[in-house]
Amino acid sequence: MTENTAKTEHKANEEEVIAKLDAFAELPDAPPKRRLKLSWVGKIAVGIVVFWMAVVVIGPYIAPFHEMDMDGDDSFLDAHSNEYGTFYLGTDYLGRDTLSRIAFGARNTIGISVIATLLAYCIGITLGIAAAVKGGWTDMIISRINDSILSLPAIMLGLIAIAALGSSVPILISIAAIIYATSVFRIARALGQDIMVQDFVEAAQARGEGLWWIIKSEVLPNAAMPLATDFGLRLVFVVLFISSLSFLGLGIQPPASDWGSMVRENLQGLVYGSYAAIWPAIAIATFTIAINLIVDDISAKSGGNLAKKMV
Amino acid sequence: MMAQMVLRRLGIGFIMLIVVSIIVFIGTSILPGDVAQIILGQSATPETLAALRAQLGTDQPLYIQYLSWLGNMMTGDLGISKAGGATIASLIGGRLGNTMMMAGIVSAIAIPLSVALGLWAAMHPGTWLDRIITFCTLSLISVPEFFIATILVLVLAVELHWLPSTAYLSGDETFWQLMKSLAMPLITLVIVVSAQMIRMTRAGILNVMSSPYIEMAILKGVPRRRIILRHAFFNAIGPIVNVIALNLAYLVSGVVIVETIFAYPGLAKLMIDGVQTRDLPLVQACAMIFSGTYVALILVADVASILSNPRLRQPK
Repeated sequence: MTENTAKTEHKANEEEVIAKLDAFAELPDAPPKRRLKLSWVGKIAVGIVVFWMAVVVIGPYIAPFHEMDMDGDDSFLDAHSNEYGTFYLGTDYLGRDTLSRIAFGARNTIGISVIATLLAYCIGITLGIAAAVKGGWTDMIISRINDSILSLPAIMLGLIAIAALGSSVPILISIAAIIYATSVFRIARALGQDIMVQDFVEAAQARGEGLWWIIKSEVLPNAAMPLATDFGLRLVFVVLFISSLSFLGLGIQPPASDWGSMVRENLQGLVYGSYAAIWPAIAIATFTIAINLIVDDISAKSGGNLAKKMV
Repeated sequence: MMAQMVLRRLGIGFIMLIVVSIIVFIGTSILPGDVAQIILGQSATPETLAALRAQLGTDQPLYIQYLSWLGNMMTGDLGISKAGGATIASLIGGRLGNTMMMAGIVSAIAIPLSVALGLWAAMHPGTWLDRIITFCTLSLISVPEFFIATILVLVLAVELHWLPSTAYLSGDETFWQLMKSLAMPLITLVIVVSAQMIRMTRAGILNVMSSPYIEMAILKGVPRRRIILRHAFFNAIGPIVNVIALNLAYLVSGVVIVETIFAYPGLAKLMIDGVQTRDLPLVQACAMIFSGTYVALILVADVASILSNPRLRQPK
């Protein structure tokens, strides 16, 4: 037998094995294929989100100006150059470079929102799983507190808290985290309750596994995927919440740049035909629309639209 | 059975209102420090401090303060604004009317528009127009309200000069002038609210469309148009009423942004000014009105879905 035929035979064997595996994949209880295929709209959306994430990390280093440099010839100018450099998107109401402020502002707008969302997830998942696993009084008390926070519009809670405590970055992050932890809690609790009644959990309990082991090895891995899809939606809500507060002048305070407050500051310039308020608004819109398109694509493909039902 | 369920839901709504008032009160009472001390500052002596505390009621325990605050609010005594010293009831009076007028007109335009567009999209799923509607509404619900408002100002006020960019009311406009200055905030709110409603109406109808009795109708050859208008629509009314009430509740947050951006003299603008000057009694009163409306609308949505479900309507 030559080496060549051995190879072909080996290859044929391999194909046979793959075919067998594929046959297994057709079985009703086969693990779902986790291969994510996005439509072309989804791919563009991923590109946009990756772009903004890159700006968050390296934006301040590649921006032509510092966010607070008033180097432009005048306020509300269109694109122009002077001895300091070129202002590609023109200047804002204080003669600062709009492009640089958007690059710096990404860190505030997106960075703070991501931190707040992560915090909301930590709080929401911990309490949600705890309520689902423990049940009884623990569940009852946490759920009732949660419902009462949910019964108020987010922006009202934000306004009340800021009226009482004033506005600063830690306060903004905590308010957003607490408000949006309530929705994460509901999802985590519902998922946790679903998983806790499954046979494999009963089996784990029967063989004497501890509560922590069950949470770590059975509940969390099974809740991970729906929660991850929901993360995108929640992040969009937090971005909208924080930039709306900034737009009202109650969020991130000047002179730090932030997309929401940039729209507010430069609104008057619209009348003079300046686009300084439009660019940051477009920045927010591209980011949030892109995330929603990705989430839409994923939930349309995987069919698991639990996250959507919960909104 | 049904009356019981509705009553139960009304009871929960009432408890919710009490809880909301507690949140509003505690939220605005967690200010660090002693208010009397802050007001008197350097000139404080133990006697004047005690006198002012007694006058403000801050020497009482927190739950007594809460109960007296709630009692005053129930009887219409909303307190006195810290800025200017006018009574809050007089400040709110005119503003509330303006906001209600805006919300009323927005609902009158947005509800028929969204139900029609949502129905239309559900009748032709997968066509180009349906995809455009789905994409546009998804984009519109993903962007902040002030983005839509800013773009509208740019297009309609700055470039085309059709409409004024602010909605300031002087009080003696003709009807036509009033409509013209209200147009921008109205269009913004209609877009914001409709996008959400169109999506939910479409989803609601498509949800009904996947039930077995619709499959039966398709199999016996009823045209799609007739299926939607005669079979699906009436069963989707409950979910749709639910959607409408929920979206009117979303108006609460939309109105805050829109009144600020267009300088419209409404209740939300008053509240934002209160937050900026940290005028807590004013913020408390406005927050109670907004949150009360919100809770009431959610309640209407829930009762509507109970009433529209024949299984809950008929006692077993």
